Amino acid sequence: MHILIELFSYDFFVNAFLASLLAAISCGIVGTYIVSRRIVFISGGITHASFGGIGMGYYLGINPLVGAGIFSILSGMGIQLFSSKGKVREDSSIAIWWSLGMAIGIIFVYLTPGYAPNLMSYLFGSILTVSTGEIGLMLALAIVIILFFTLFYRTILYIAFDEDFAKTSDLPVALFNYLLMVLISLTIVLNIRVVGIILILSLLTIPQATANLFTRNFGRMMFYSVGFAFLASFIGLLVSYFADIPSGATIIFTQVVIFGLVKLIKAF
Amino acid sequence: MKKLLEIKDLSAGYDNQVVLENVSLTILANDFIGVIGPNGGGKTTLIKTILGLVKPISGEMNLLISKTNIGYLPQVNQIDKRFPISVIDVVRSGKADTALFSSFHQNKEEKQKAESLMQEMGITSIRHKSIGELSGGQMQRVFLCRALMNEPELLILDEPSTYVDNNFEGELYLKLKELNNRMAILLISHDVGTISFFVKTIACVNRGLHHHPSNIITEEQLASYNCPLQIVTHGNIPHTVLKLHNDHHAHTH
Repeated sequence: MHILIELFSYDFFVNAFLASLLAAISCGIVGTYIVSRRIVFISGGITHASFGGIGMGYYLGINPLVGAGIFSILSGMGIQLFSSKGKVREDSSIAIWWSLGMAIGIIFVYLTPGYAPNLMSYLFGSILTVSTGEIGLMLALAIVIILFFTLFYRTILYIAFDEDFAKTSDLPVALFNYLLMVLISLTIVLNIRVVGIILILSLLTIPQATANLFTRNFGRMMFYSVGFAFLASFIGLLVSYFADIPSGATIIFTQVVIFGLVKLIKAF
Repeated sequence: MKKLLEIKDLSAGYDNQVVLENVSLTILANDFIGVIGPNGGGKTTLIKTILGLVKPISGEMNLLISKTNIGYLPQVNQIDKRFPISVIDVVRSGKADTALFSSFHQNKEEKQKAESLMQEMGITSIRHKSIGELSGGQMQRVFLCRALMNEPELLILDEPSTYVDNNFEGELYLKLKELNNRMAILLISHDVGTISFFVKTIACVNRGLHHHPSNIITEEQLASYNCPLQIVTHGNIPHTVLKLHNDHHAHTH
């Protein structure tokens, strides 16, 4: 206990703690939508496409997360546009954006003179180095997501469940699809620092899978997902700190262990 | 009788493929139309066009009632049965015009409507179950409740008798007959024999559409409609008369 209190006297640890809490909120809620609607693969595409923006950020000397934000929103829109208007199969469209983003990123990182600092932290996350400014952005996102999902809970639920029926009810389906796509993109980008591009999909799916073992109610699943995501992130954070192993990977590993344990207990 | 919908020379389809061609149909307030036709003949495309989910390629479609005054029961296989949603939420989604901002004001009227419909269909005891736990018949009841939430003037059902037991099927058709006293019904079914017993008129859809003015169709008419189906007739018990076995593949004696 003493050690915990001592840890919280360090700014970097308080930041890491807040980051895990805020990541749990945004990923828990948005991830429930993603999993329920079966758009995990689209989210994977957006995540990896954002690497193009990170490479571009390095090359142009701007904050890589800004580049990642632009790329993830563009790819989210691009995937939808390709498959709806361009008549490309959706999964192919996702794969195109997924690999195009990664390719652009690698080319620009290569073209950037000198050494690309922190590249690994974007790929695999580094929760212990999250800055106060980034915490502020994550907090803003968490508030926006909570407000949006509270205000429009039923609209989101109805559209996600049966899009055609929602259209016949005159709900603004296209508008909500785009707004939610933007929220997914922002959630991905602002949580890249926590677990990294390669691992972020786990925060959007594993806590939800665990939550799904307890409930089949959309609203409750969001709450439980936030809880499980936070539990895993905090335990993972502590383990990674004391064992001196990479934080992002430890958080993911903890999530899977929790899922496995719960599933095992439920089986008996 | 009040006209609800008027379709004139309508063609519709997907991408560049025309599925329906020069279709005309008028639906009146007390109609009970059974829509029959072969798979891929355009039955579902017809109702999706009426619902505004498919854009017409050419022709006219005048909906004389509000779009939200159409109740719609889609094919069950279009529903994601593992979606985390409870029965009560599915039913309430039928009245979606109150969905925006609904988190902060509970709509009493809507809740009462949902309760009374679930009572009517006998599904109040499963209200908190998730849809993945339901049987085929229960699921159809839930979706029928959803379709009725707006007290529609026109009820459109796409194959409501798939995955249900015979018991519920009979119950369903009786229910529809009763509902027909207050709304028009458009019912798609592959089960020509059974529905012809309940519907008032039959529309045969096979690229074109022929609206037959009664619920009895003769084989000759079906042939002239280019509607490759069994003949439809009536008796004391619902039954289907199959075509006589005339051997085209002549035996060599």
